[in-house]
Amino acid sequence: MIPGAVREAVARDGERVVYIARDRLLEAMTWLKNTPGQEFNYLVDVTAVEFRDRERPIEVVYFLRSLERRADIRIKVELHAADDLAVESVWGLWHGADWLEREVFDMFGITFRGHPDLRRILMWETYAEGYPLRKSFPLRGRFSRAEQVRQALNANPEAHYSLEELSIAEAGGDLPEDMRDRLRRGERGMIPEPPTPPPSPASP
Amino acid sequence: MKRVGEVQSSNYLLAKFQDLVDWAVNSSRANSLWPMPFGTACCAIEFMATAASRYDFARFGMERQAFSPRQADVLICAGRLPFKLAPVIRRIYDQMPQPKWVISMGACASTGGIFDNYAMVQGIDTIVPVDVYVPGCPPRPEGLLYGILLLHKKIKGESLFDAVRRREEQPLDDKGLRLAPETIDEISEPFGNSIHQFRSS
Repeated sequence: MIPGAVREAVARDGERVVYIARDRLLEAMTWLKNTPGQEFNYLVDVTAVEFRDRERPIEVVYFLRSLERRADIRIKVELHAADDLAVESVWGLWHGADWLEREVFDMFGITFRGHPDLRRILMWETYAEGYPLRKSFPLRGRFSRAEQVRQALNANPEAHYSLEELSIAEAGGDLPEDMRDRLRRGERGMIPEPPTPPPSPASP
Repeated sequence: MKRVGEVQSSNYLLAKFQDLVDWAVNSSRANSLWPMPFGTACCAIEFMATAASRYDFARFGMERQAFSPRQADVLICAGRLPFKLAPVIRRIYDQMPQPKWVISMGACASTGGIFDNYAMVQGIDTIVPVDVYVPGCPPRPEGLLYGILLLHKKIKGESLFDAVRRREEQPLDDKGLRLAPETIDEISEPFGNSIHQFRSS
């Protein structure tokens, strides 16, 4: 494997767990995906663990599977809360990491560098109370119930959809007028200008 | 408004006539409730069982389930309501034409239930006014039917002519809250074992 990348490799209950140095993660993941004999072509899940022991680092956990070899491996990267909580995104290797990393960002506040669209996925985008799965987060949230209700009611349920997320960006020009208006009013909604039609050749 | 028991015969007749109108209107409303199901969790399974042939709430005039709020009379919130859905159910409720009623089905919709955490509305009565709370986790179909019959009873007690008994929706304030913030905090206060968990400040 990549020299210097593996910090520790253990096998627990027949499952392989490999700890990777943070700055070598992308290199190691590329190796795991592309090397013949490894071919971990399926990213099962990305999650993170914060331990009650404050000394222990936060772990970002990747579950990989090789569909051909029917083999699993678990990759862990340790992040110390004192440092910036950031790792490289593996979106370039497995596009399925898109929402998985967004969820880890939403719940733990871990930044994935190079992620194409890193924003909250479960909580709404204007959620201001922090990252719910961190140990420092109170179970009932930081705000009072009345403030939580007020903020929730003031959220616009349509604001989170943009044309890009609806996968109809290229159809923007063909949408009905009222739908275009509705999407334009959304917080994130940006209507791309319809492409100007090529000048029609003069009819002979 | 003078009611039955006044000595003047004209008022007596008027009151009798009003009672007749109330009876006709309320019976019509109560016996043709069109439900708007808002199922978010396991209570919706019991709701579906209530709608299906074994329990069949069509027997009570709820034949047509309106999946459009604009043709619905009673909103049945079956299941827990996260904060993310709070503006959705508020909008659905605002879209329903009056007169409209709300049944809160199950422990989570009524109080937050076991989900006393950062993500969950602690009772949908902080979002929309609720007429009938059906307890249970989830309630059996008999429980929901009993709640529907209680709602019938409530509707039949309303009056078009009596400002006290007439059902009037309070307009919602522009801040989005239906209740005063102190009230929301009070009714969201944990109880039972959960008071031993630490609380946000």
